[in-house]
Amino acid sequence: MTAPVSHEVRTDAGIPVREVYTASDVGPDLERRLGSPGEPPFTRGPYPTMYRGRLWTMRQFAGFGSPEEANERFHFLLERGQTALSVAFDLPTQLGYDSGHPAAAAEVGRVGVAVDTADDMADLFAGLPLDRISVNFTINATAPIILAMYLVAAERQGVAPADLAGTLQNDILKEFLARKTFIFPPEPSLRLSCDVIEFASGALPRFNPISITGYHAREAGCDAVQELALTLASAIAYAERLAARGLAFDEFAPRLSFHFATTMDLFEEVAKLRAARRMWYRIATERFGATDPNAGRLRFFSGNSGTTLTAQQPLNNVIRSTIQCLGAVLGGAQSIHVMGYDEAFEIPSEDAVTLALRTQQIVALESGMPRTVDPLAGSYYVESITDEIERRAEAVVAEIDALGGAVAAIEQGVPQRWIAESAYRIEQEIADGTRPRVGVNVHVEEGEEVAAPELFALDPEVAERQVARTASRVAARDQAACRSAIDTVGVAAREGRNVMPPLIDAVRVGATLGELSDLFRQTFGEFREPSPW
Amino acid sequence: MSPTRVLLAKPGLDGHDRGIKVIAMALRDAGAEVIYLGLRRTVAEIWRAAVDEDVDVVGVSVLSGAHLPLARELLATRVSQHLDIPVVIGGTIPATDQQALLDLGVAAVFPVGASLTEVVDGMLRVARERVEP
Repeated sequence: MTAPVSHEVRTDAGIPVREVYTASDVGPDLERRLGSPGEPPFTRGPYPTMYRGRLWTMRQFAGFGSPEEANERFHFLLERGQTALSVAFDLPTQLGYDSGHPAAAAEVGRVGVAVDTADDMADLFAGLPLDRISVNFTINATAPIILAMYLVAAERQGVAPADLAGTLQNDILKEFLARKTFIFPPEPSLRLSCDVIEFASGALPRFNPISITGYHAREAGCDAVQELALTLASAIAYAERLAARGLAFDEFAPRLSFHFATTMDLFEEVAKLRAARRMWYRIATERFGATDPNAGRLRFFSGNSGTTLTAQQPLNNVIRSTIQCLGAVLGGAQSIHVMGYDEAFEIPSEDAVTLALRTQQIVALESGMPRTVDPLAGSYYVESITDEIERRAEAVVAEIDALGGAVAAIEQGVPQRWIAESAYRIEQEIADGTRPRVGVNVHVEEGEEVAAPELFALDPEVAERQVARTASRVAARDQAACRSAIDTVGVAAREGRNVMPPLIDAVRVGATLGELSDLFRQTFGEFREPSPW
Repeated sequence: MSPTRVLLAKPGLDGHDRGIKVIAMALRDAGAEVIYLGLRRTVAEIWRAAVDEDVDVVGVSVLSGAHLPLARELLATRVSQHLDIPVVIGGTIPATDQQALLDLGVAAVFPVGASLTEVVDGMLRVARERVEP
């Protein structure tokens, strides 16, 4: 077997790598840069005992079809030992259209579950006690409406808001950067995100009202350094907006959570995650004057990278996912999602989902990884690239600051261009073979047909049933009460008051996601992305 | 010979635009003139731009699983507007749906696993066949 020849060996993010590392590659004062686990600057982990105290949360992303079908998948996962839920919503729900809207026609229930009303949300969690299950919601532009529906679903189970645990993604900036399910222009979008965080910092003490993420920018093509810098620059933008509302950093910052990708370059990924904690602690204390250590304690969810998976020889993806899971564990993740090996094709099948969960369980229970905290600390190589990633990411944050911060940079399309150019470079490297992909450009099986494994099949009648159900629920509600509740949301939106309290009232009396999104569209306008070139 | 003109767009609600932007850059490097319409474009917008820009081929990318209904609508509108611009489609398209797309009148399908070269060469070939049938 011949390895590709390169005169200069570099990490995935382009950091030059020496043949051997020694003590001289680790700068002075290592102890001070590391601290103890659970202590500032948190390089070694947010908690003192880490996985000895409590394993990470195994959180497989799931959801498709109607609320009933997604509910069945949730029960399926919990029965197999998953410890929390993570809800995927369909595109109409993410973009503020009810299932019956013409724009929704081809997409209902496809990439996630369709939720139009608080009744749908109650159906989604039927038989699942919400005071005992932590739930993650991948929702952004319509996050305030979805949170309102979740609170009403919990209310119907008799569960108080203070007892709810989980995370609302609610990071609208990365939608403009990479994920692209934005609706409104950046400033009003950011205001809605901050309404949620402000509301939650009083009413939802166990709930993370935002998950600030570079994951999607990474999946869209940027490198580990850019991913880290974009995440922190976004966090700075949210913190500045919240501080401008008169909220104390020490009050809201402990509930900010983060989300990173973990991809194939194992040591670089671990270094990135360790550097992330140290950098956030410094930003919290130096930029925002945090005095409560909890305000600078970075906690994160790690998602495996779907873009590293290949359609060729799909079982190879099991190995890729295992390596990425190890990276997340060695990097100190609080919760982890492992990709299904068939996700290059479709929503993962039940077999693939089970295997992804089993991957986490095998790492947790058989590998010995959780036995001690931050086992790679002190490695000459890992410490050296942790420092180097920190230096490089700081330079990128400074570049974003110079553009006027994350929002201004995004409005100018600058990071979007970085991401697209980096994605192109990666594809060129795969095409010319300098970036090896087993089964794609090396160790290719001649004559292999790219055959999809047994795929998940979506019931074609899901959309019709969902549209009919919403129509009958809308017909059955108290129309006058609903109209008046929607109008009250409109007043709050226009007058700059927090939209959460009136949204909860509106969805309780049956207002739909589409109606409330239309109201916001009328108030805030819609955003169209500027051309990247 | 004037350069090949290509229109790229994302129909439907899907926001995954990594692939289509990579294809846009690769086509440009291969000498084509590329018009990228961006996200969430309706079929009507796509055909209006294709005619206005006088393109040789239309390329759409769908990663949400909605490729069949979207392609059906795109090609039905091409027929009703009496257009002959070829359409190619890329994205997360299972093998079982590829023939269905070709039967609808799509000129080429580029599923997950198609290489950059396959997509670029394939699109330029489709465009050339239209100009010199």
